[in-house]
Amino acid sequence: MHRQLGNMKQSLFDQGYLDEQFVQLEELQDDANPNFVEEVVASYYRDSARLLLNIEQALEKKPLDFMKLDNYMHQFKGSSSSIGAKKVKFECTHFREHCRAGNGEGLLDKLGLFTRHVAQSKEWKFCTMARNF
Amino acid sequence: MVVYLAGKMVIGSSKKVVADPIEEVRRICALVVDDDPLVRRIHGMLLARYGLETEAAENGKEAIDLFLSGKTFDLVLMDMEMPVMDGLQATQRLRGMGVSSMIVGVTARGLEAEKEAFMATGLDACCVKPLNAEAVISVLDELAKKLL
Repeated sequence: MHRQLGNMKQSLFDQGYLDEQFVQLEELQDDANPNFVEEVVASYYRDSARLLLNIEQALEKKPLDFMKLDNYMHQFKGSSSSIGAKKVKFECTHFREHCRAGNGEGLLDKLGLFTRHVAQSKEWKFCTMARNF
Repeated sequence: MVVYLAGKMVIGSSKKVVADPIEEVRRICALVVDDDPLVRRIHGMLLARYGLETEAAENGKEAIDLFLSGKTFDLVLMDMEMPVMDGLQATQRLRGMGVSSMIVGVTARGLEAEKEAFMATGLDACCVKPLNAEAVISVLDELAKKLL
């Protein structure tokens, strides 16, 4: 299990899913806080699941509340930056630009794809493994 | 006199000689103000790694309420965007109250104009979020100069 987790983590770094911030978290883990990384990842998983649900519910409402969507994405971007989830952070920035432009055309489909992408992304699988480890 | 004990930053009395410096020192106190619980945890851990005692507030109003309750902090890490009261308003209010703590703005925004607007409210420095060890050491070095 250790090796599987280690291999997956290295793969995430190599493919640009994780960045230096994740290394910072690992360096904060010590004897006084032996499960710090796992706890942070689990917290990110819980918060992100909640945010994705909020985003999906907001997408179902007409007309679209761009300010609310932008706020959710802002929170998601902040959490993703803190944990070093590089690609998710990039996706958040990209879709916030659409929210701020009030660009509703195709936005629903794009955000829908985004939430499905994040939910299925490798970061989630890594988070799940860390949470269950 | 600022004393580093076991690699951690504390404040010591420079006015008398003490046999055991640990008795005459107090730990640096920091307040982490951020609406994101993950950020509060991570920044709190980073500061604690360097020996700081930390408390947390979820928004600018909570931070102000802590100061109004009589608490003092040597360092405040202030997030820019928060509900209820954002970092710009909170920093302005704190400076208006006469708070002289070192206040460091923390923002995920990279636009210079926004950082300058945040600085103009009375920050001592502004860093990009999330903080790393290098940024924290830089902040603590500036705090040491301020406290000396």
